Amino acid sequence: MQSMHLQGIDYAILIAYFVFVLGIGFVLRKFVKTGNDFFLSGRSIPAWITGLAFISANLGAQEVIGMGASGAKYGIMTSHFYWVGAIPAMVFVGLFMMPFYYGSKARSVPEYLKLRFDEKTRGLNAISFTVMTVFSSGISMFALAKLFGILLGWNFNFSICVSAAIVLIYIFMGGLTSAIYNEVLQFFLIVLGFLPLVFLGLHDAGGWSGLTAKLAVVATKNGFAAGAWNNSWQFMGNAKENPMGVGWFGMVAGLGFVLSFGYWCTDFLVVQRAMAANSMSAARRTPLIGAIPKMFIPALVILPGMIAIALTATSGPGGFSLPTKAGGVLDYDMAIPMMLAHYLPSGLLGLGLTALMASFMSGMAGNVTAFNTVLTYDIYQGYLNKDKSDQHYLWMGRFATVFGILLSIGAAYLADQFNNIMDMIQLVFAFVNAPLFATFLLGMFWKRSTGHGAFFGLLSGTIAASIHHGFTVPVGALSLIKGGWTGHIIHTYPSEMAQNFWTAIFAWTTCFVATIVISKLTRRNKSDAELRGLVYSLTPRIKEEGIPWYQQPWVLGVIVLAAAVVLNIIFW
Amino acid sequence: MSFDIRYPIGLMFALFGAMLVVFGLVSDPAIYQRSFGINVNLWWGIVIFIFGAVMLGLAWTA
Repeated sequence: MQSMHLQGIDYAILIAYFVFVLGIGFVLRKFVKTGNDFFLSGRSIPAWITGLAFISANLGAQEVIGMGASGAKYGIMTSHFYWVGAIPAMVFVGLFMMPFYYGSKARSVPEYLKLRFDEKTRGLNAISFTVMTVFSSGISMFALAKLFGILLGWNFNFSICVSAAIVLIYIFMGGLTSAIYNEVLQFFLIVLGFLPLVFLGLHDAGGWSGLTAKLAVVATKNGFAAGAWNNSWQFMGNAKENPMGVGWFGMVAGLGFVLSFGYWCTDFLVVQRAMAANSMSAARRTPLIGAIPKMFIPALVILPGMIAIALTATSGPGGFSLPTKAGGVLDYDMAIPMMLAHYLPSGLLGLGLTALMASFMSGMAGNVTAFNTVLTYDIYQGYLNKDKSDQHYLWMGRFATVFGILLSIGAAYLADQFNNIMDMIQLVFAFVNAPLFATFLLGMFWKRSTGHGAFFGLLSGTIAASIHHGFTVPVGALSLIKGGWTGHIIHTYPSEMAQNFWTAIFAWTTCFVATIVISKLTRRNKSDAELRGLVYSLTPRIKEEGIPWYQQPWVLGVIVLAAAVVLNIIFW
Repeated sequence: MSFDIRYPIGLMFALFGAMLVVFGLVSDPAIYQRSFGINVNLWWGIVIFIFGAVMLGLAWTA
């Protein structure tokens, strides 16, 4: 495997980045005087900043390394995670859901559930969310340490300590404001750090036409039609005709609706950025502004993966080639790191590695800021210590930041010791998250839904997901973590991706139906007056006054959706 | 709160750009074999220096 040898300039760029990140935290510490400042930035951030933070917080290890790997493995179909998944969901949350999140003055997504439903629904969401964010942050830390160990020979403990210490210091000092401003800095760094890689890779592949010719070789070698790696919809009619192994309905309903809306519309990690905006209009525009650069992120993370697999299949000796894992299987996760090592000379290599470090750190910081808010407001204040002063909760928030980082470090070492345990934990959280959007959809748009309906609907959705997983397997599954743990297989999916999408569809549908049925059978626990500002039919429509027409949320939403449709057609 | 993130962004990229340009001018041309003979440090350094300067200008004139 090609390792990297850094020179002084590479280290200088990396160290300068650390200095800027810590400097921003240091400057912002004087603005943090209350709990509202620490947890919600005093609701004072302009829309363009919260918009970029909205996508940057999501631009972590899974996005950069994972989407690069998927680009190599599945080709341009990976863009469905953006143009079918993320973009419509971001438009929906901005136009229809943000008025309730922001207008209710809830300080977190679990707190919205308390206001809309009841305490037990909030508790279920808060506890599962805090555990999930700690493990997500830990996985980011683990992936960073593992990657920098492979590429640069850095000691695992050193990488963990450096990344954890820097994230801890700048969040401890400046709270959410520091995280958001640093996410904007990290966004630009990721874009400008990875763009040269795309240009050089495309140049090596012979431009777009050269790349598509090489991808045709990849597709036919793998038994698919020549265009399977560079057409996103053409081969979706039959799951067996595309490398993802997913049909169009599973894609649109499972990924485009259930999973994407479940993440972008209900995950506090991203919603928190919009809640920090300085007005209702800015909060609504946050995901819409974020959606514009989000549409083009595939060029930064998926395209390098496609270039990597194309060159691996067609390059001669001395050309670019993906490394292999034990058993001779290509290591797709190394697509972007190996391209950095192959194409970038010292100087730009330092910038590229710093961008990689920034992506890991923005993911970690996003998780930690969401964790400290939910732990402080929803668990500590909600159940353990209700009537303390604001300064007490500010102190608790800082303690929760340290606690969250320590737990993340523990999760990183757990991942290092027991890789399968982390797969198992992620699987369980997939079961918990899949039905969540049904609960929010009914909560915001059907005033008759009740606390009992929401709570037991969520539980039934999670149970349905685990049952579906227990009776199905993807082709070639070797462990029970991949499904079929009941011992009775009633269906085999063409791919793990297809199984995941259909598990989500079953979970969401069960939760949706169960919530309606149980709500009909139980008494309303909230009056119309209590639900004002929380439910669509009981909330006055927002009039956006004093904002130019091109900044109106509806206009932005239409433009973003139209652009997503155009991109789907171009790469059909 | 009066804090303009464009100052640190502009400063950081202007600094990185300047570092890359200087390194591009003094480095051994042999290191650019992997980037097809293009002095990518020099050219990309100019691009991000300009980006940093524009950010600083926007912050300064706001």
